[in-house]
Amino acid sequence: METDEFIKAIAFNVVQGRVEAEDEGFDDGLEGQPGVTELVNEALENGVEPKEIVIEALTKSMEEVGEKFERNEYLIPDMLASAECVGVAMDILSPHLIKAGVKSKGKFVIATVAGDLHDIGKNIVAIMLKGAGYQVIDLGTDVSVDIIISAVKENEAPFIGLSALLTTTMRVMGEVVNKLEQEGLRDSVTVLIGGAPTSAAFAQEIGADAHCKDGFDAIDVLKTMAA
Amino acid sequence: MIDTYREGVLVKPYERLSQEQVRLLDKASLSILADPGIWCYNERAAKLFQAHGAKVWEDEKSVSPCWRVTFPAGLVREAVAKAPTRLVLGARKPENRLLLDAEVPRVYFGSGSEANIWIETEMEEFVNAKDGNDKVNVPRFKELRGNSALLSRAAKLCDRLEHLDFFIRPLNIQDPEITPENHDINKFFASLNNITKHVQAGLTTLEKLNDVVRMAEIITGGAESLRENPVVSFIACVFKSPLQIVDDTAEKAFAIVESGLPLVISSSPQGGSSAPIQEAGMVAQINAEILVGITLTQLIREGSPVLYGSVPVRARLDDLHDLYGCPEFNQYNIDCVQLARYYQVPCYSTAGVGDAKVPGMQALFEKLLTHLYMAMSGAQYIHYAFGLLDRTNTFCPVQAVLDNEQIGKIKHCLREPKVNQAEIDDMLRIVKKVMASSHRLYARFARKAMHRGDISNPYRFETKDLEDKVIENALDYMERLEAEPADHLDQATQDQIFKEVPGILPSLREVQTK
Repeated sequence: METDEFIKAIAFNVVQGRVEAEDEGFDDGLEGQPGVTELVNEALENGVEPKEIVIEALTKSMEEVGEKFERNEYLIPDMLASAECVGVAMDILSPHLIKAGVKSKGKFVIATVAGDLHDIGKNIVAIMLKGAGYQVIDLGTDVSVDIIISAVKENEAPFIGLSALLTTTMRVMGEVVNKLEQEGLRDSVTVLIGGAPTSAAFAQEIGADAHCKDGFDAIDVLKTMAA
Repeated sequence: MIDTYREGVLVKPYERLSQEQVRLLDKASLSILADPGIWCYNERAAKLFQAHGAKVWEDEKSVSPCWRVTFPAGLVREAVAKAPTRLVLGARKPENRLLLDAEVPRVYFGSGSEANIWIETEMEEFVNAKDGNDKVNVPRFKELRGNSALLSRAAKLCDRLEHLDFFIRPLNIQDPEITPENHDINKFFASLNNITKHVQAGLTTLEKLNDVVRMAEIITGGAESLRENPVVSFIACVFKSPLQIVDDTAEKAFAIVESGLPLVISSSPQGGSSAPIQEAGMVAQINAEILVGITLTQLIREGSPVLYGSVPVRARLDDLHDLYGCPEFNQYNIDCVQLARYYQVPCYSTAGVGDAKVPGMQALFEKLLTHLYMAMSGAQYIHYAFGLLDRTNTFCPVQAVLDNEQIGKIKHCLREPKVNQAEIDDMLRIVKKVMASSHRLYARFARKAMHRGDISNPYRFETKDLEDKVIENALDYMERLEAEPADHLDQATQDQIFKEVPGILPSLREVQTK
């Protein structure tokens, strides 16, 4: 395959949400054909530039997926499947991009706060962020304030995403913000919060930078902040 | 028999009665037919029963000519056993045909009744007296007298409702030009010219049966094609409960059976007035009535296609009107479904009626109670299920749209479980895959099921804000459906029908737009 063909095939499979060959796509009859994993590896072996894969295949195809979602052609599982494809592709491409001096959109530390084991929303946001080109450091669930702060320091992460589903655990988000201030990190880190009981008013109350109602909102908020 | 037909929903039947109870009811019905027997006001039927071994004598006390008939059990059993177990109800489009098989609990839902009133719905804006900026849209309802244009509109809408499997004219036509003589041809034409699904109705008069049959033959391409694809069928309430065969309906049954087209033998006693209110008594009596009706059809013509038509209702004890949306209604009806299955005759059953006068919470409760329960029974053919309000007195199209959504969800809910080795293997593979991933999220693997329609959609008329806009949303949806082009008969077919079947209103001609 030529470079153009690789780019087209990767983009097509991102839109189809096919991580690997055995995956079904949005359309019928694709099972068994190479998915994003196989195609990205093959493209690299054939000398396709990693940067070109990111810009021409991954970014553009995710834009198309976003448009399909807007038009109600795609539902959340379709969107997540595509985002997961991009995430997997980014894992394969990262070492090559670093070698080539290409930077990610930034490191994003994400966690469900201490006392809370709910992670569906947090996982969706993580997949979407990875698909959007962020380097996601997922700390999991029931994560203490100290571990979150250490991860931010260790990774020099400019973004934190905090999630909680319980009214009893959401207050921990405020503790994270306070700790960032105490450690002198508050100005260098953007704090996004989300989860069913949270709101824009709560974000303001605890001093977070933004409340995101879902993963799509998180990406929009980040885009607006970057602009 | 046929390989293309509507899917309906194949259910695992919920059975209320034990087999022993079914046998007890069967025995009780035959006991009623042996003593006291029936009162038959139709001479032909009485003589036919007599010729086949029933004991028949003239009731001298009766003002109108009447024959008392008692039946030996063997006569009824033998005749009912001759009724076909399977039959096809045809349709203009082959994919809309219905395959009814007494041994297969495939459930179809359709409309019914012949209401005099059409309920039109409009949204009206109201302003809060305390705050002029606070406005709310409220549904308002207007009664219109049923006519042929509205019946055409109902048929056209019902063609668009994906969960409506057959069409029984839900509205009586009362145009000034409609007379008893031209009533049947106009109601059948208004229906057939606007819907591609099966059309069924009762006959107003016997005189126009041949014209209705000719109309259907023109549509299907001839007499033989019509019998293969009966796009129309009929309902006859041969019995007036309790236990009396009506003269003119019996004559209609003779003529319809002789025409070779399918017939529903329908009985609708009211528990508490024309039948016992107690379950055992009601079901024993209605079953006795239906068994005699089916016996009559098979004595007229062995093997004639017939449905076991049960519409048992309960009386309200405050005014003796029918009470549909109540537990006893379900109990009576499901018992009848089991009896029809016992006799191996496809069952015409009932659901979706209530006392509510307008769409809303009461209508939802009454309809859901019977729609769901009767679907679970595995009745092959459930009528009255779309748009009826105020018992069976009014037809409301927006209610039909709401019922369509509800029935769609019920059909989905009762689908066969998809649990087999291949599916289990697939699921185990997915569990392993997801648990090996960092995020442990199954969303991506919902896609296949989602795209092939295994996963239901949210309620179509939901509102996400702190308000209820179900009726408003349903009305919007209905307007969209009604704006779609209708599937009328082609011009040549319409021309031929108008030429050969006199008396159809010219206003019912339609221009083919598809």
